[in-house]
Amino acid sequence: MEPFKKISSIATPLDKVNVDTDQIVPKQFLKLIQRTGFGQYLFYDWRYEKGVPKKDFILNDPAYENSKILLARDNFGCGSSREHAVWALDDYGFKVIISTSFADIFYNNCFKNGILPIRVPDEILQKLFSTKRTIEIDLEDQSIKADGIQVSFDIEPHWKKILLEGLDDIAMTLQHEDAIIRYEKSHKV
Amino acid sequence: MNITEKILARASGKTSVSPDDVVFVNVDKVMVHDVSGPGVMAVFEKLRKTGMKIDKIWDPERVWVAEDHFVPAADKISAQNIVLLTNFTKQFGIKKHFKYGMGQYGICHTLSHEEAMVLPGEVYVGGDSHTNTTGALGAFAAGLGHTDVAYVLLNGKIWFKVPETLFFKLNGKLPDHVMAKDLILKIIGDIGTDGAAYKTMQFGGIGISEMSVESRLTLTNMTTEAGAKSGIVEPDQKLRDYFAERGVTKYDEVHGDADAQYEKIYEYEGSEMEPIVAKPFSPDNTVVARDLSSVELDKAYIGSCTGAKLEDLRAAAKILKGKTVKIRTEVLPAAMSIFRKAMEEGLLKIFMDAGAVVGPPTCGACCGAHMGVLAKDEICISTTNRNFPGRMGHVESQTYLASPLVAAASAVTGKITDPRDIK
Repeated sequence: MEPFKKISSIATPLDKVNVDTDQIVPKQFLKLIQRTGFGQYLFYDWRYEKGVPKKDFILNDPAYENSKILLARDNFGCGSSREHAVWALDDYGFKVIISTSFADIFYNNCFKNGILPIRVPDEILQKLFSTKRTIEIDLEDQSIKADGIQVSFDIEPHWKKILLEGLDDIAMTLQHEDAIIRYEKSHKV
Repeated sequence: MNITEKILARASGKTSVSPDDVVFVNVDKVMVHDVSGPGVMAVFEKLRKTGMKIDKIWDPERVWVAEDHFVPAADKISAQNIVLLTNFTKQFGIKKHFKYGMGQYGICHTLSHEEAMVLPGEVYVGGDSHTNTTGALGAFAAGLGHTDVAYVLLNGKIWFKVPETLFFKLNGKLPDHVMAKDLILKIIGDIGTDGAAYKTMQFGGIGISEMSVESRLTLTNMTTEAGAKSGIVEPDQKLRDYFAERGVTKYDEVHGDADAQYEKIYEYEGSEMEPIVAKPFSPDNTVVARDLSSVELDKAYIGSCTGAKLEDLRAAAKILKGKTVKIRTEVLPAAMSIFRKAMEEGLLKIFMDAGAVVGPPTCGACCGAHMGVLAKDEICISTTNRNFPGRMGHVESQTYLASPLVAAASAVTGKITDPRDIK
């Protein structure tokens, strides 16, 4: 994976709660076997009507065309465990998703695909939703800066390392397997 | 330690673990289906491109495969997917592949218990979010994404952060007109769709001891809708009998200690429970069924791993016997073994006499894949588990989640109906 660098971008405000993975990538696209090219199907049923972009959907607003940050409400990524949802967000160009909460499997899937999911309190999310300016995400510092807002966010050290170094989670765990087994053995009675 | 902590401790070779500890556990069983299987294959392809050699998996005996989301093949691509999945199981020597049209097959979570694929005390992971279902067998059961499943297939292990446990205690039996589905909808309505995020939901108390294993499976199934990492019920004689009926008597049960800790205990009085319905577009949008008696319906759907087990079909048949459905009604048993028993018991005849259609086991319209999806503005009452926008078809269709009793009663009247109001 590409190492995660500082991200500066305008943020796309998706003002919906409980966005489930079926809305992120509808089931009709799950049958595809490849892992790439899912960006075109992202939020498909909200984004298109009979193949024509819907004017009132936020992703179709030219102001957010090159946005790398997605803002969402509570419980983003709930529902089916399909990893295609993360593949689609990544392929579309989103590298950061900010919400008050994420569904567990979705949250884990993000890190495995180079996406940074950030949990923030509701009042911070509210402020981010109302800013029209660029938001700056610094993973090294664990900070969000925007329009007079400066807050830090939490991330597990394991995930931070994986993203910063662009490591593959599988490769990384395999690399450390011997150490893990030694540790496990030494801790067995 | 509680049961979940004890299972995770045993599987990680530790004498004790606490919530938030990160443990590297040995997995006992892993499942993929016709969506996650090809997803895992895509991850394998990606790894191969980085130079990794993948010509075998950790233990083909511990892996099993289901065809459920897109069978009978919904179209050319899903037909091709089944071919790919079949090649995958052949390539890696996986013998337990439940194939559509070859004897027993069905929804993966239903097979997990019908076929005793997972045993008490085991660690079980699957490439599907409702893997939690199987926790009712006294196992730690959790859903994973494709990358994680690929990792388990290669290594037989996975990291978990030990979850906190929320304990749901049911005091007393549920009344006859109330099912486990009503209880779990009530709980989700109370705690919200992220009320158990990264936690285990454990069910216990006299009401749970009185409950059948199939009912318990309905509870653990929908822990996913409260955001839970897993759901679990401690093994008891009912569970042992359930396994014995399937010819399985050897397993290593795990029970929580007398001083087991829970983050929070919620109590429910069985006798106070009522039929509950979750309105569109979220499983936590719950009200009592009688409050919705003016909602006119287009369809009733009795299917899925949540609501088409044998006792679910018996409940629906109890209502539909001698009646005629007013709206189109579909019954899809959750596995071939259930289909057969329902036939032998005469349940399928009751459904057909009432005018309903009986279809083959499949996830079908529950995930909006095929086999009766909804049109724009259509309204459905369903025994399934999710009602997010577009879940069962058009993004502007609506699904109300309910028990098989409520769904069958509503099929008879064409409106959302409490089973007590059917004479």
